[in-house]
Amino acid sequence: MNYKVNDQGFYGDFGGAFIPEMLYHNLNELKENYLQIIESDEFQKEFKGLLKEYVGRPTPLYFAKRLSEKYNTNVFLKREDLNHTGAHKINNTIGQILLAKRMNKKRIIAETGAGQHGVATATVCALMNLECIIYMGEIDIKRQAPNVARMKMLGAEVRPATSGSKTLKDATNEAIRDWISNPETTYYLIGSVVGPHPYPDMVARFQSIISKEMKAQLIEKTGRDYPDKVIACVGGGSNAAGAFYHYMDNEKVELIAVEADGLGIETDKTAATTQVGTEGIIHGSKTLLMQNSEGQITEPHSISAGLDYPGVGPLHAHLFKSGRGTFIGATDKEALTAAYQITKLEGIIPALESSHALAALEKIEFSSTENIVINLSGRGDKDMETYIKEMDNE
Amino acid sequence: MSRIELTFKNKKNILNVYLTAGYPNFNDTVEIVKELAKNGVDMVEIGMPFSDPLADGPTIQNSSQTAIKNGINLELIFNQIEEIRNTVDIPILLMGYYNQVLQYGADLFFEKAKSVGVDGFIIPDLPLDIYQKEYLQKVESLGLDMIFLITPQTTNERIKLIDSKSSGFLYVVSSFAITGSKSDIQQSQIDYFKHINNIGLKNPKLIGFGISDKKTFDTACQHAEGAIIGSAFIKSLEGSKNIKQTVKEFITTVL
Ligand SMILES: Cc1ncc(COP(=O)(O)O)c(C=O)c1O
Repeated sequence: MNYKVNDQGFYGDFGGAFIPEMLYHNLNELKENYLQIIESDEFQKEFKGLLKEYVGRPTPLYFAKRLSEKYNTNVFLKREDLNHTGAHKINNTIGQILLAKRMNKKRIIAETGAGQHGVATATVCALMNLECIIYMGEIDIKRQAPNVARMKMLGAEVRPATSGSKTLKDATNEAIRDWISNPETTYYLIGSVVGPHPYPDMVARFQSIISKEMKAQLIEKTGRDYPDKVIACVGGGSNAAGAFYHYMDNEKVELIAVEADGLGIETDKTAATTQVGTEGIIHGSKTLLMQNSEGQITEPHSISAGLDYPGVGPLHAHLFKSGRGTFIGATDKEALTAAYQITKLEGIIPALESSHALAALEKIEFSSTENIVINLSGRGDKDMETYIKEMDNE
Repeated sequence: MSRIELTFKNKKNILNVYLTAGYPNFNDTVEIVKELAKNGVDMVEIGMPFSDPLADGPTIQNSSQTAIKNGINLELIFNQIEEIRNTVDIPILLMGYYNQVLQYGADLFFEKAKSVGVDGFIIPDLPLDIYQKEYLQKVESLGLDMIFLITPQTTNERIKLIDSKSSGFLYVVSSFAITGSKSDIQQSQIDYFKHINNIGLKNPKLIGFGISDKKTFDTACQHAEGAIIGSAFIKSLEGSKNIKQTVKEFITTVL
């Protein structure tokens, strides 16, 4: 089985570029150029330099001693929360901004859910002195206020998406509409492994640094360059794609993707796309998505804005359908419980998104000798309001 | 000869009007199309409301949301078209997004459309190569037309390719825009229209996006076989108390 994208932009049955003609030229331009640009020595040198000096990579692979004792196994945390701006998102925005610069684009647009990608985009735009416009759902603007303030301080304009569910899906629609209206000047900096080809592949490549570092760090810590399990949360799927990337062909590694069950998959308040979704088209990609029988995309729910998305990247749809990936879910409540637990055990306040990955420890089976890597995709500063509010319920 | 072909053969300055099915009220579709035809509109494009219409501006987004809330769906749109066909003979196109077609079942969708009297389709996010590989044969064998968009960024080579694989007409997107963007037609756009006319294409052309009134319609007609009005018409229906009257008044101001 092949888990990399093919020439037509597909992962098995999923992917492609289902976009109106208005975007054909831009995507084609990107498709024709991205590999050549990002594989060049000159690009790689600048990319790696910035990841090291500006982002603070490599991020530690931390052996979580007390967490491991609690579950009687070996848990390592890949500390993406320690990146500059607080999440894995910046690995991708550094890569794409360097690409945009080489394509002579002066205006950058992006969508954001939790605001982490928006902040990471606004950050690299400040760094490169480029105009930055961030689309964000009206509801997310309210629930992720600190990130909205950060984006503004960084010089970005935050435009509310007021259509539909007023969350990430709608922010993405608005960003695509902006791109259709400004195709020549503008670069669309997508924040996850979603959207039309070549975005899913490009974003996965930029995030693949996560598993590349893991391999070297695991050798040092365990004598083997692979763990038994890698666990990551999945919104669109970029941190999971990065954490899985160099292990996809190594069948000895179990790849565990954790989706947001919201209030539970038996309710209609969920974002567990692979569990309740069906095949279709969302944001230019053929993938699994939450929709009704008439093909209307339904409104997801998750306590975590970054997972509140009714689709999933085509790579993950392929990992799911082929059986290579194990897809499980964690509810709002389970994620919160996991967040409070790791805070007390390890002194790490995780992002709500990452808390879903941590919650997997309650749901999967493992032995005491196994090595488990959990990708801690981000830190919890942005979620303090929710954590404080929910603390009384614990 | 198909209805669309006949229309281009017999008429000049073709006015194609877009409406959202099930808007403003669930049952208005039939009456609106009848009135459009009665008032001299040459062709209609019935929008199949979609939750996430990527190429559409706020006017069509809002009308789509209202129509979905009104309970419209593909099956009901087919019923409405069947009823329209009892009295209306102008070409009817269905316009919508690929996901809806996929969920209905593409082959079934094309067959059903044919059986109720649809003449062609505009599915902006259906890629040309997928169409060619999976549906072209089916659509052609049913005698239906698949209309594709071209934009100011589409290269000559690609315009020729699109022209060769599509039928009915070419939908010439007038500028870099989503639907509902309104402004006068600029000289640069006119140069673009002239450029298209010099390529030598097999299909006739209709200009769309930003065509909103008599002035823009007349200008478009100087450079193509006609034009498409969408958002401006939908806007006129907003809050209308008398649909017949509203349609008549709107079309009178354009023609
Ligand atoms: C910390 C964190 N983790 C995970 C995600 C989910 O995105 P993805 O699935 O692309 O990694 C987000 C998105 O905002 C995030 O901020």
